[in-house]
Amino acid sequence: MNDTRQIIEQQAREGTRWRAIEALPWLLFVAYYFVFETRLALGNSVLVMVLFTLSLDLVLGYAGIATLGHALFFGLGAYTAGIVIVAGWPEPVSGLLLAAMVAALFAVLTGSLLLHLQGNTLLMLTLAFLVLAYEVANKWTGLTGGDDGLQGVAAAPLLGLFPFDLRGQTRYWYALVLLFALFLLARAIATSQFGLALKGIRENAGRMRAMGVPVRRHLVVIYAIAGAMAGAAGAVSAHSTGFVGLDTLAIALSANALVMLVLGGWGRLYGAIVGATVYVVLHHFASNWNPFHWMFLVGAALILVVRFGKGGLLGLADRLRERLARRKDAPR
Amino acid sequence: MDRLASFLAFVLIDGIAFGMVLFVISVGLSVTMGLMRFANLAHGAFAAIGGAVAVTLMSSAGVPFLLALFFAFAASALLGLVLEPILYAPLYGGDELDQVLMTIGLIFVVIASLNFIFGSTPLPMKLPEWLSASVDIGIRVVPAYRLFLIAVGAVLTVLLWLTLDRTEFGARIRAAVENPLMAQAVGIDTRRLFAVTFTLGCGLAGLGGALGAQMLPIDPVYPFRYLVTFLIVVSIAGFGNIKGTLWVALMLGVIETAGRYVLPGIAAFLTYLVMIGLLLWRPNGLFSKAR
Repeated sequence: MNDTRQIIEQQAREGTRWRAIEALPWLLFVAYYFVFETRLALGNSVLVMVLFTLSLDLVLGYAGIATLGHALFFGLGAYTAGIVIVAGWPEPVSGLLLAAMVAALFAVLTGSLLLHLQGNTLLMLTLAFLVLAYEVANKWTGLTGGDDGLQGVAAAPLLGLFPFDLRGQTRYWYALVLLFALFLLARAIATSQFGLALKGIRENAGRMRAMGVPVRRHLVVIYAIAGAMAGAAGAVSAHSTGFVGLDTLAIALSANALVMLVLGGWGRLYGAIVGATVYVVLHHFASNWNPFHWMFLVGAALILVVRFGKGGLLGLADRLRERLARRKDAPR
Repeated sequence: MDRLASFLAFVLIDGIAFGMVLFVISVGLSVTMGLMRFANLAHGAFAAIGGAVAVTLMSSAGVPFLLALFFAFAASALLGLVLEPILYAPLYGGDELDQVLMTIGLIFVVIASLNFIFGSTPLPMKLPEWLSASVDIGIRVVPAYRLFLIAVGAVLTVLLWLTLDRTEFGARIRAAVENPLMAQAVGIDTRRLFAVTFTLGCGLAGLGGALGAQMLPIDPVYPFRYLVTFLIVVSIAGFGNIKGTLWVALMLGVIETAGRYVLPGIAAFLTYLVMIGLLLWRPNGLFSKAR
């Protein structure tokens, strides 16, 4: 019994220790700013999708909550941020906080209604809440602009100093700083006792319940945290693009985030970074293709990843590294 | 009073016809999700393929309507038969997330392929003359097509009921839905049973897609657009509950049709709200006994 405890604590300590390679994505994100000065809008959308996919990883990768409705929180955040600006409160930081809180509130409300459920019923209900919100946004045109979207979301300068300029310097740093801060939070959660308990729930909820873990409460808490993160991603997107459309509440957004997460490898945080970055950048370069060709490619890739590519791109990297290490260790 | 009766007759006939289409498409999905416990989001793709095959055969090869319906069934069933062992079977009993991802991938591939083959505009269903006529049923004049849909739906329902209730094949299916492990233990080859029912379900989806092509127009994004509708029907009915699927499909058909005329703005919203309420109240389906 004591041994088990020691092992768990040791694992938790090792999980919190930073490895050198973990600096790599952040160095690349900073370098991107200087190398691709003319493509900061693309960089901003990469960072927004990384943040959104990261929040999905907490829910799905760590806690094992199969959801098709995660875009609900992105959309809620985006619309909240947009609506307060259009209503006459253009200060972005307070808008961001409000957006995250609204998303978290809805996550607690819906989460406490449905997180005791499992499997197909849970999938259906997460999807149902999303299409419900889509329908509201679509029909409540006075508030949301309906089908045309919310136009003229002009945020005031960030911290009163940095205007959201056309070149996109402000929005790039805004997204990067926020992403880094929330990544630290996600990493702290993932390596905490709470994070370990979530993994336990993912593997065997019944056993965790028998051990006295408040399963449903844990799930609602992580659902709310991830909801707030997704809401923040939505708010950054609204502030950056000056526009909120119905696609922020579309099933396609949920599906795309799932694709990105699985492509990168779920349940390891960095998978979200790799997957979302690769997906958004590739999609950008394919943007002058027929969109249906892109769709075919993504669909086929998804089928192949599920069938053959467990762990996504990072899983593939792991296997390559193991193979190389084995070759090195092998006696000559 | 006459106008009210006429309106009610219209809503009932239109709604039941729509409900029959929903039933024919969804019944296969219900069996997949109930029998195989498979989160199959791609079921609408088989309906779209059936519809596209039927419409194209009629418009460009002059195939008569009823024969085109048969080909719609055959094409989707064949595709199901081919895809089941390659894509679906390896994920039976697995993680539902894998099933969701694989079927989303399949939807993407089908949407892209439909666009490649048939173009991105809706395919117009041109009904034969004997179906474009109108019939006077006393209270009002109704399109013959709606009555045809109701008749076909009724015939299929009876056939399905006879198969499930009166044949050994049906008994095997019922046993496997009820308790797959026990069914296997008493010597039912569930693996083959899955393949056969999946194929039939896909075929019915194709038939439903073709039958309903005038109400649910066939275009490449069909599998995504009606995904939620089909899932609503089978989840409220309870996965695997075929009788329930019929009732819920008819109910949804009538409610949606009525809603479109009485509350055009918020009909879809109310439908989703009621659906969430029903699912939270009865997570295992409206007709389940336990909460």
